Amino acid sequence: MAALRAAWLVTQKDLRVELRSRELVYTTLFFAVACVLVFAFAFGSPEEDTAAGVLWVAVMFSGTVALGRTFERERQGETLRALLLSPVERGAVYLGKLLALVALMSGVQLVLVPVVALLFHAPLGRAPALLAALLVAGTLGFAAVGTLFSAMLSRARSRDILLPMLLYPMTVPVVIAGVEGTVALFAREPNLAMAETWLAMLVFFDAVFLTLALWTFGAVMEE
Amino acid sequence: MPEASPPDFHDIEVRGVSRRYGRRRALVRANLTCRAGEVVGLFGPNGAGKSTLLGIVSTLMRPSEGEVRYGGRPAAEWGEGLRARIGVLGHDLYLYGDLTARENLEFFGRLYAVPKLGERVEASLAEARLADRAHDRVGSFSRGLRQRLALARALLHEPRLVLLDEPFTGLDDESVELLSDRLRALAHSGAIVVMATHDFESADGLVDRPVCLRDGHVRVLGAGPGRIRERYRAALAEAWT
Repeated sequence: MAALRAAWLVTQKDLRVELRSRELVYTTLFFAVACVLVFAFAFGSPEEDTAAGVLWVAVMFSGTVALGRTFERERQGETLRALLLSPVERGAVYLGKLLALVALMSGVQLVLVPVVALLFHAPLGRAPALLAALLVAGTLGFAAVGTLFSAMLSRARSRDILLPMLLYPMTVPVVIAGVEGTVALFAREPNLAMAETWLAMLVFFDAVFLTLALWTFGAVMEE
Repeated sequence: MPEASPPDFHDIEVRGVSRRYGRRRALVRANLTCRAGEVVGLFGPNGAGKSTLLGIVSTLMRPSEGEVRYGGRPAAEWGEGLRARIGVLGHDLYLYGDLTARENLEFFGRLYAVPKLGERVEASLAEARLADRAHDRVGSFSRGLRQRLALARALLHEPRLVLLDEPFTGLDDESVELLSDRLRALAHSGAIVVMATHDFESADGLVDRPVCLRDGHVRVLGAGPGRIRERYRAALAEAWT
């Protein structure tokens, strides 16, 4: 309970900082929407599978932007060190950062998903709860790995290059599961059972990534 | 979160601690004992190993060899509770620029489970002479004001071991006096104060035991006549084995 309370304190702090600066939400949203617009112009009359791919590419790339900046903030003033010096489990610091990032990425998706639906004629109303579950589970898996790597690389000189190089290969299973599940939902003849299977896969990946990240965070943050 | 009444210790002992960064050795078999009620000053040229030593004692860094014992027990035996008894003022101040002075103190106070937090925050802000800037974002503060707030943050949970890296940076004369008085009071109350500084003038009369570092080697100058600067220079001029 104490660790969860500490994690919640870190999440609240991150969200409060973001509410003040709005730096991450604007840059992430701008990047995601720009990404979708470029694809919309490129594809002209899109295939039915395109919307799912474009949506997840935008989620992944804009998420990388958010990941880089969230730890850049902790690097300024070395506040990450202050968090690690506090008498809370280091896993709680990780969890707090992760929850804030998931909240931020989910907020961006609230705008992103309707934009994708509008430009790519995606049927959002077909199974909205399942689509939301796929997005939340995919975002959690992506952010679970990303938060760990971002924290690890926060003091590395070439962190901007290293982060995508490490992150994308590791999160390929999450993105594939997310895309396949969304394709099954958006298809002309939707396959809800298939979408649910991919959602179960995503939940499995989330559990694995989250467990590994919580287990290793303390050790990788040792200087 | 820390336990309700965190454990206490009356001395720390640095035992044969070395620290390597790749092939470079930042600390070489350092030995040092600091006792409650003492202000220990770490002096040395840039890159001598002062910040590394503070980092290891704060539990942030792991030594390549040797260990630090807190009241005779290694850090691993204390667990997270040990960090509840350590206050660190780093060179980078550890403050969030987008939060106000009060919000910074409240956030860290909650992480340290400081009792009666509201009162403690008010008292800390008053002590740092920042009560009138409590609702201003820290990003708008001058270096001196941030330094004062950072010190308030480091001491908010009334630590037993206080580690300070260049605490006088950016402070005006009055603030230096206040900080010196505060550190003396902390030592008198039984805290162990260890600070790395290049400010010999401020350290004179405050530091009980000056310690000199050079190329990762540690030498305790001990109590003696003369100003710290002269003793430090004399120590640097000698051959170190």
